[in-house]
This record gives sequence, structure tokens and C-alpha cells, in this order.
Amino acid sequence: MMKLSLGPILWFWSKQTVFDFYANAAEWPVDTVYLGETVCSRRRELKLADWLEIASVLKDSGKQVVLSTQTLIESEADLRALRKICSQQEYLVEANDQSALQLATQNKLPFVTGPGMNIYNTATLKLLAKQGLKGWSLPVELGRDTLRQLINELKDEGLDLPAEVFAWGFLPLAWSSRCFTARHYNLPKDNCEFRCLQHPDGMELRSRESRELFRLNGTSTLSGARYDLLRELPDMEQMGVSTVRLSPEHQGMDEVIHRFDQTRRGETPATDPLQLVEAPPCNGYWYGKPGMDLVAS
Amino acid sequence: MELVCPAGSLPALKTAVDNGADAVYLGFKDSTNARQFAGLNFNDKRAGEGVEYAHSKGARVFCAINTYPQPDGWQTWKSAVDRAAALGVDAIILADMGLLEYAANRHPQVHRHLSVQGSATSYEALRFYKDNFDIRRAVLPRVLSIDQVRGVAKHSPVELEVFAFGSLCIMAEGRCYLSSYLTDESPNTRGACSPAKAVRWLETPDGLESRLNDVLIDRYGKGESAGYPTLCKGRFEVEGSVYHAIEEPVSLNTLDLLPELKELGISAVKIEGRQRSPAYIADVARTWRQALDRLDAGSGDFHVDPVWNSTLAGLSEGGLTTIGAYHRKWK
Repeated sequence: MMKLSLGPILWFWSKQTVFDFYANAAEWPVDTVYLGETVCSRRRELKLADWLEIASVLKDSGKQVVLSTQTLIESEADLRALRKICSQQEYLVEANDQSALQLATQNKLPFVTGPGMNIYNTATLKLLAKQGLKGWSLPVELGRDTLRQLINELKDEGLDLPAEVFAWGFLPLAWSSRCFTARHYNLPKDNCEFRCLQHPDGMELRSRESRELFRLNGTSTLSGARYDLLRELPDMEQMGVSTVRLSPEHQGMDEVIHRFDQTRRGETPATDPLQLVEAPPCNGYWYGKPGMDLVAS
Repeated sequence: MELVCPAGSLPALKTAVDNGADAVYLGFKDSTNARQFAGLNFNDKRAGEGVEYAHSKGARVFCAINTYPQPDGWQTWKSAVDRAAALGVDAIILADMGLLEYAANRHPQVHRHLSVQGSATSYEALRFYKDNFDIRRAVLPRVLSIDQVRGVAKHSPVELEVFAFGSLCIMAEGRCYLSSYLTDESPNTRGACSPAKAVRWLETPDGLESRLNDVLIDRYGKGESAGYPTLCKGRFEVEGSVYHAIEEPVSLNTLDLLPELKELGISAVKIEGRQRSPAYIADVARTWRQALDRLDAGSGDFHVDPVWNSTLAGLSEGGLTTIGAYHRKWK
């Protein structure tokens, strides 16, 4: 049976909200949980010690815990934080850039890679496998045809590298040193007043015709539509996908996970609407189309 | 510091060399490089002529093969590396880890430069690329501030090249999928951002509209000058206000930073714009040549000639330039 993973929280939530979220997650039927701040180094509601406390609770509930690293590394302070994560031995690390790859391999730490790591071909996977890669995520802009080829080529090479697919949530599409939330409020980034805390699911960016295009989330930009590959689960299982990743949202998450859990078990999930932040669905990337498209089954 | 100029065609290459480029960079006529434009770039014959011309004038040639091959394209990308090596280019600019490994093993004698698309923003990341693929040089993403560039330069195991002038990407290059979200092409997959095939201009009663795959990117009133609809430079609505929510259409210009870049030991400054005309390349190359020559002659009293800035501003998007993320005050 395919595994379900809970991706790192991409938004900025208060410390209490984060603790409450993972207290619930301990009860959810997810196999793997990614923990840590991956977007902005100014988001310091939780210290590494707090994340490790959450990790310990989740581990005791039988979850595999992975510590995620920041996606855009810019400063010596960022590197210090990264070194701390890459010098612990208890948990697997999700490397989200080459700085993390360097520190993990230097410390002989096994690692996996997140969807922001550019893995587009088998040569790259083979290279990283020699260095300690234990699993990898498909970049969000790639679809099923490329994935099928990659999985088949890995099989031909005799390499067992579990593949993970970002399957539900707003897609992380870009990272910048510029903060778009601070920009909206006319604040300098270094004095942003932590406005992201007021936007637990980002800020909608629409075209002047009111089409949902993106979600601004501090220094990161996410899709305006919600990626949803629930009905592709049988296809993924058939091609050999190991894990599907669900990206945390602050409301409705338990119901979402329940539906993915039912579907992977071959049960038919309910179809009544979920109580979610309102956003259109999309699945274009999976079919090799523009990401925002919704391809009918 | 070396002046590295873009060459989208043989005339542009010759113009760049004639106007003072120390090196030029070019790509093949396909999606193996990050400026896949119709009518642009080189076949092998033209590239060979370009290499010969540049070398005869003492300039170097770099070949950009800096998109990310998927299984379907692997043979094409590999063969692009082989073709570049056979042409006798001085370096290949690469981003994909698999392809870097191939080039390092197959053509160890041809220098490897890490493309900006390789997204190395720290010296630890540079060490990864150096240790694994023995890269000679790396091009730094335009998201770093000058202080951050200083931090990287201090510990860098390789030569550094930074962007000096041209279009400004404000997202970490190589990790921006905005274009493939709205269209089906991105810099990583097809070497294209906001591809021309998806662009539509419409004259409407509300003004001139630019659309990308039907998505309204901007609408211009009378007297407003319209720019190419690069999707991150459009005007959008966020919480009721309409503005350039991601970035204004401005160009990068780092003339003011030259003394600092030199002091940091930066090896080369790069001009963006293989899609630009030979006339544009001539003006930009000549201006930067003058600036670098004055910097090299200088006794610490380098100052920017106002004529240089007005020349460059005239060539910029919206007539505006910025030093981008190199300073930290932008909101």
C-alpha cells in the first residue's frame, strides 16, 4: 500500500497552532511527517529544540519523522541552522538545496530530497544514490510520463529509490530573497512585523479579471489553485510510486487525509464538499499541461 | 574582472567581441539552453565560426547547456555537451547534476561553469558542485545581496561570476516554476519563461492587454508604455489593490557596485540578453568595457560616468534600472 506523508508546513503559523496541528497529526493515518521551516529564516516561532520535541512525540506514535531544510540558503546564519540539522543523527534529513546535500554527505547522513530539488533524470538519481539518497520527490512541474520513465529506468539500473509525489495542496512554485507579503504592506523585509502570521494560508494574488493565479507566502510563491491528485492514486500505485505528499493547511486537513487514506485502501471516499480554504482545483502538471489546468478524467 | 557578454547570433557575437567582451556565451538552436527563442542561437556551423572569430581576437567562448534534461531528452542534451566540446569552446555552462557528471567524466579537459540555473547561493553549495564535478566557476543567482555575495566569495572554492546588467529575475533561478504553471514551458524544462507562443496582445476599450495563455498579465492605459508580459512583472490584484505585486519591469544595473565586486575578488561580470539585437549588445558591451577599464586603471577613485548610466537606462525595461537584491532596502 502506498504511504501518505505530511509535507512541511509552508505557511507561518504561531507556535501554539503548530503544536496543536502536530498533536492531531499524531493520530492521523500518515506514515511520514516532514518537520521544520523551509521558507523564511525570519520565521522563528519554533526553535530546533521545539521541532525535535514534536519529532519525538510523532516518532513515539509510529511516524517516520524527517527534518526538512530551508529551500533558499542565503546567509551564514542560514548555514548555521542547516549545520545543526545535518549534525544530528536521529532523523533522516530532507535536503532542499545543494548546501544541505553537501553537509549531509560530508556528515555521512542519509537523506531524501524535496520537490524543490532539481531531479529531472536518472543520471542525477544515480549520482545522489551513491552519496546516501534514500528517497526523492518529483519536482512539481513534472508529470506522470516523466515519472513513469524515471521509475522504469531506476528499475533497470537495479536501484531501489522510493519516489514521492506532491499530491495535494498549493504547489510551491518559486522562492525569492524578496518578501512579497512585506511588499504588499509596504514594509522592508528586515522589519516585516511578521505579517505572514496574519495569513495562515497566504495571500491570494488574482489577475485583474479575478482569476486566482498565485498565493503569496512571504518569500515564496505558491499556486493559486489547489493541486489534487486524489483520483490518480490507483495510477500512481500501478506505476510504483512509494509515497504521496499532502501539504498542510490550517483547516480541513484531517478530512483530506482521511479521504486519501480511504482511497489508497481501495475504499470509495465521500464526495461531499470539504470545509477548506476556497480555491479552484488543478492537476495539469500531472498530465504534462500547464500546472493551473484541470484535466477531466 | 572579465566582461562576459551574450551572443544570440553570430553578428551579436562579433559585435560583443569587437566592443570589448572578454568572453561571450552562446547556446544551440534547441531547448538545451535557457534562452530558447525562435530565430535565435547557433547551429554547429555558425558556432564554429563564432569560436574561430572570438579566439582570433583573444576572446573566450562559453556554451550554455543549462536546462534540465528529462529521460526523453537525455541523449539530446548529452550530445549537446559532446558538440560543445568538439567545437573547442572554453567552457560549458551547466546546471543539471547528471549532465555535470557526464561532462566531467567525458570531457574533463573542458572547463565546467555552474549556471545560475544551478541555484548555488552558498559556499557549501559551491563546495558540493566543486567536489563532485570539479567546476571552475559559478554564476551566482541574482537574489543575493552584496553582503551575502561577500559571504559566499570569502569561502568560495571556485571563481565567481555575477550578473551585472540586463533583465532581472527576482526568483532564485533554476527553482522557479511560475512559467510552467501558466503555460507548459519553464526555464528548467524548455529554456523559456513566459514563452512567446503563449503571448497575445489585445486592443480593448479598457486599454491594451497583454495575455499569457489567456491569463491577463497587464492592461495599459493611454500613454503607458507596454512591456513584454513576463509573468512576474505584471499588475495583479492582492486584497483589493492592483499593483506590480511581484516585481516592477526594471532592469538590473550594477555599475555602482563595481569597486566592491572587484574588492570581493569576483572574477567576471555577466551581461544578460542573448535575445537582444547586435546594436544593443554593442552599446552595452562598449559601456561596460569603459567602466571596467577605468576600474582597472583606477587608483581607488572610481566613479560612474553619468553617460554610462543614461546609455544603459535607455536600453532598459521601462527606462528604469535597479541594483536589485544587491541592496537590502527593497520592500
